[in-house]
Amino acid sequence: MAYINVPEGVPGIRSLVLFRPETGKPLYALAQTLLREDSPLSPAERELIAAHVSNRNNCKFCMESHAAAARCLLGLRQDIVDQTLDDPARAALSPKLKALLHIAGKVQLSGKQVMPEDIAAARDHGANDREIHDTVLIAAAFCMFNRYVDGLASWTPTDPAVYAEMGQRMAKGYVLPQQTI
Amino acid sequence: MAHIDLGNELPGIRGPMAYRPETARPLNALAEILLRDDNNTLSRGERELIGTYVSSLNDCFFCQNVHGGLAQHYLGCDMPFIDAVKRDPVSTPISDKLKTLLSIAASVQKGGKNVRPEQIEAARQEGATDREIHDTVLIAAAFCMYNRYVDGLATWAPQDRQFYIDRAPIRAAEGYIDFDLYK
Repeated sequence: MAYINVPEGVPGIRSLVLFRPETGKPLYALAQTLLREDSPLSPAERELIAAHVSNRNNCKFCMESHAAAARCLLGLRQDIVDQTLDDPARAALSPKLKALLHIAGKVQLSGKQVMPEDIAAARDHGANDREIHDTVLIAAAFCMFNRYVDGLASWTPTDPAVYAEMGQRMAKGYVLPQQTI
Repeated sequence: MAHIDLGNELPGIRGPMAYRPETARPLNALAEILLRDDNNTLSRGERELIGTYVSSLNDCFFCQNVHGGLAQHYLGCDMPFIDAVKRDPVSTPISDKLKTLLSIAASVQKGGKNVRPEQIEAARQEGATDREIHDTVLIAAAFCMYNRYVDGLATWAPQDRQFYIDRAPIRAAEGYIDFDLYK
């Protein structure tokens, strides 16, 4: 049970933003802008970064839901999601995305862990400034979302079907949930 | 020098915010509602102090000085007081409720799962409401993002701490939304 009085039967961050829609609004706007709107990284690549960071933060709700969104966006190539969660270095990903996931893993530990060599490696594989920027901010944002979801002990469903359905909705975009009567 | 060419010389988070205004908008909207909106039973000073404390735990020089300056401005205290809170909140004359909330914030900084039911119970015993507990967790979580954004891109920060103190009154007045990044 969550630490605060959130609506029952609503999972993860959805229950928290229903409790406090005023802060929910910029949180959902950030997710939509970062993960869906204009970026040289595809929505699937950005969801993989989100799932990877959530996995490292041991946040099951965010990891499962963003992995499900990535599977929807990848279609026939969805095996890549489990490979990435298992070990990005051995997944069937481009060297550029592997280098960006490495940077995301550093950000997950601490901003100061990102070294000039990490950036240089990503550039060697063709990453541009904007891709590096978006990677760092996505990783940083999930260090927030993961802590928000787990720090208030929000409900984490265990049924994989729940996440599959969530992933389909998330693939279309991030819309602030509304309280239903 | 920052890891990427931000196209400006702005300090701290202002650099990447000017570089990418689309993401700056929700980042600033979140800061405004969390830290400055007056429809909140935690004072602006208390909320800035939570942000300062978490930024200090994350060793983010820019954020701990910007928000430390703001906390100092709102609370009417001095820099040694802010530094004492960063070192050990329990030893300072802040309220017992704020001490329990800072303990929750410190656990969030380590990882969401570090927050224990006993810490929530202790905060409730001191009169903390669900909304106050919620906002404490989200402020702490949000600074785990802002700090990583600032340091993960290796932005520069003015080293003179007085710089932040001097700017705090105008920063407090202009808020997080209607301000000019270049001023």
